[in-house]
Amino acid sequence: MLQNLIITGVGGQGNVLASQILGRAAVLSGLKVTIGETFGLSQRGGSVMSHVRISDKRNYGPLIPPNMADVILGLEPLETLRIIQEYGSETCSYIVNSRPIYPLNSIAGEMEYPDPEWIKMVVSSSGGKLYWLDATRHAIALGGPIMLNMIMLGALCSLPGFPVSISQIQAILARVFPETKLEANHRALATGSEMIAGNAN
Amino acid sequence: MKEIFERSGGSELLLQGNEAIARGALESGVRFCAGYPGNPSSEIIETLAEAAKEIPVYAEWSINEKVALEAAAAASFAGLRAIVSMKQNGVNVVSDFLTNLSLSGTGGGLVLVTCDDPGGISSTNEEDARLFAKLADVPLLEPSTPQEALEMTKWAFELSEQIKNIVILRSVSRLSHTRANTLIGDLPDYGGGAFFDTKSPFHTFPVLTKHLERHKKLDSAMILSERSAFNRYDGPDWPELLVIASGSCWNYVTEAVELLDLSSKVGVLKLGMTWPLPCNLLRKHLARAGRILFAEELDAFVEESVKALTADLGSEVGIKNFYGRGSGHIPICGELSPGLILGVLGDLFSKVWKAEIFREKIRTFIPQPVPPREFGFCAGCPHRGSFYAIKAALAWDGRNGFVSGDIGCYSMGIWPTGFNQVKSVHAMGSGVGLASGYGKLGQFGFDQPVITVCGDSTFFHAAIPALINARFNDSDILLLILDNSATAMTGFQPHPGTGSNAMGHKVEPVDIESVCRSLGVYVEVGDPYDLNVTACAIYRLMGMAGPRVLILRRKCALVQGRQGGFPYTMMVAREKCLGEECGCGRYCTKIFRCPGLIWDAAEKKALIDEVICVGCGICSEACPRGAIVRMEKRKD
Repeated sequence: MLQNLIITGVGGQGNVLASQILGRAAVLSGLKVTIGETFGLSQRGGSVMSHVRISDKRNYGPLIPPNMADVILGLEPLETLRIIQEYGSETCSYIVNSRPIYPLNSIAGEMEYPDPEWIKMVVSSSGGKLYWLDATRHAIALGGPIMLNMIMLGALCSLPGFPVSISQIQAILARVFPETKLEANHRALATGSEMIAGNAN
Repeated sequence: MKEIFERSGGSELLLQGNEAIARGALESGVRFCAGYPGNPSSEIIETLAEAAKEIPVYAEWSINEKVALEAAAAASFAGLRAIVSMKQNGVNVVSDFLTNLSLSGTGGGLVLVTCDDPGGISSTNEEDARLFAKLADVPLLEPSTPQEALEMTKWAFELSEQIKNIVILRSVSRLSHTRANTLIGDLPDYGGGAFFDTKSPFHTFPVLTKHLERHKKLDSAMILSERSAFNRYDGPDWPELLVIASGSCWNYVTEAVELLDLSSKVGVLKLGMTWPLPCNLLRKHLARAGRILFAEELDAFVEESVKALTADLGSEVGIKNFYGRGSGHIPICGELSPGLILGVLGDLFSKVWKAEIFREKIRTFIPQPVPPREFGFCAGCPHRGSFYAIKAALAWDGRNGFVSGDIGCYSMGIWPTGFNQVKSVHAMGSGVGLASGYGKLGQFGFDQPVITVCGDSTFFHAAIPALINARFNDSDILLLILDNSATAMTGFQPHPGTGSNAMGHKVEPVDIESVCRSLGVYVEVGDPYDLNVTACAIYRLMGMAGPRVLILRRKCALVQGRQGGFPYTMMVAREKCLGEECGCGRYCTKIFRCPGLIWDAAEKKALIDEVICVGCGICSEACPRGAIVRMEKRKD
């Protein structure tokens, strides 16, 4: 078994933490995990991508070869669109948060942020199954935009056949977060899970 | 106790490459750890400084890399194992001491870790620091995985003590920032104190004798390398193509060979020690393959050495076809990737990687390249205020002034986020050195005002000598120290001005004002959040002569976010914002460019993005109509 996952988003969305929690949960259940983290100049606002490779056999390299992602977890629509051509495939599944974070050049009107509905069309036409989630709105309701990554992790672990379960994530959360923050994070995981169930038609 | 500091080994942890290097050092019984922060190296000292809270080791953030290596060498001279870490630029800084240190030799095992950044993902340059190993005649090790990073760090300490010289361990971003299952070993018992044997001094004289000794040490390292399991070959006895791979690239090569089903034709020689080369091992494999491909980052370091060796071996190995940077098969700059190696192997064996069909399909949907995400200061960043004020002051002056920049988040001042005010960026402290030169050009008719900026950590690292130079030579410079009380870009490490050290101990902060005043430099302090007050201060200081310093002090927005947050909830008063009709030319969204301020295309007015805005409030001063309103946050 080899599961190639890419988590893509914008600096500040909790991408790196989500990949670490997922990775630690997989290691705890005896799997081999390799995570390649790419983050650039800025602490906030730049493109951030993590490659997560989970296998029951060996540790693979830190970068997924072209067009071999099984799942792309897009925390932001434009960042999802950015990597489809390089990593997507006919069979890749997509879980995408629909809420844009506008780049400065698009806010300034120097480039147009593509219509999210068009991005949705492109992603769903590319071949794989698409889950298009209004996750930021739910995150705000659960306490703030920072809850987004846990909602998305909850959704990811509810994909049929995904090798890491929500309860395994919860076991790691208990080690990472103080007890006061656990309940909110558990609720976020459950919210993500429900969103996948609601999309499963 | 965190798992990574467990005394007994045997468990498998998800370790980052940098954490694995730190764990390897701890398992080697390292006692002294020093470094200067810089992506992608910072987590090594961060981890060791955490360990120092529970394990009897010492860790420090030094003020620069050269001092870090000197401090670590002192521990080595006193018989202790020591490690020093830095990014590629840091090796330039240590190089003067390094090339002398490798002549004097070392005592306790001493390892220099350089984390290079192929692709310049978080750097101002792209540089292969491996060349310093050749320059200094010291062994160079290149791990490929976190597990190997741990084990090779241990080997590096042993090797250093075997040959009595420093050893360089070279990582790259793609290893330093990779996490993988890593089996940890036991930590040793800590015993033995520090003692400098005055009968065995460490110096470089007589120089020629020491230089000859240094080469003999390198020869010993080569013999040890010939037997090492870190150099290994996988593949058929007589491959059609031999790939010589090192570092992170080895992962891409092995996977590409598998995916293209070439394992019966391609052999992979993995080199763990890339200087000196294991010549006998290479001799054997060179004799068995006619075609050789090199997979390494960044320069043709192994490639050129192997070509020279092949020439030396002559008819013994015969004529080869080499594929690499020399032949154009591997690009001369940038990071390698699985896709790139798949492409090269595909070319050499006439195989097409299946990805193209899917890509063609996607190209019909996405005809244009997806627009890049512009670099910018974070919402609430004090640098936005500083550059706003700089721009205003230079515009009032009207003599085509500019900013001489330096290394840190504020390097982004070359882009629209810093209003394109920064016109030069090079190395740590260089902005101030350049400014001290511009400040002497008046006698040649130069009348453009120059403002130089540097951060608080950069000030301590390398700007102080340049400031003294300006004072000594009476140069007209205006230095703005953008003091955000953090080494922000690399992850908030402490520095002499922050009041605590790497291990979290409280120390009396070094006061930047006092340092500058003691040099006889005129000093003022301001708040970059007071946009117009700061602009007026800069303009007034521009009119003065001699060396002047303005410290613009405000915490990094990310630190402030963690330490209590910001006071305001922002909103755009819809009735006051006239949008495109205003005449301001959409100043807030086109020029001021805070990611928390967005454009409502339907209403044609500015809007606060409540997901991004932190509530610093400074944009209310930037709006000419006063339409951006700040309201005190409710405290509940």
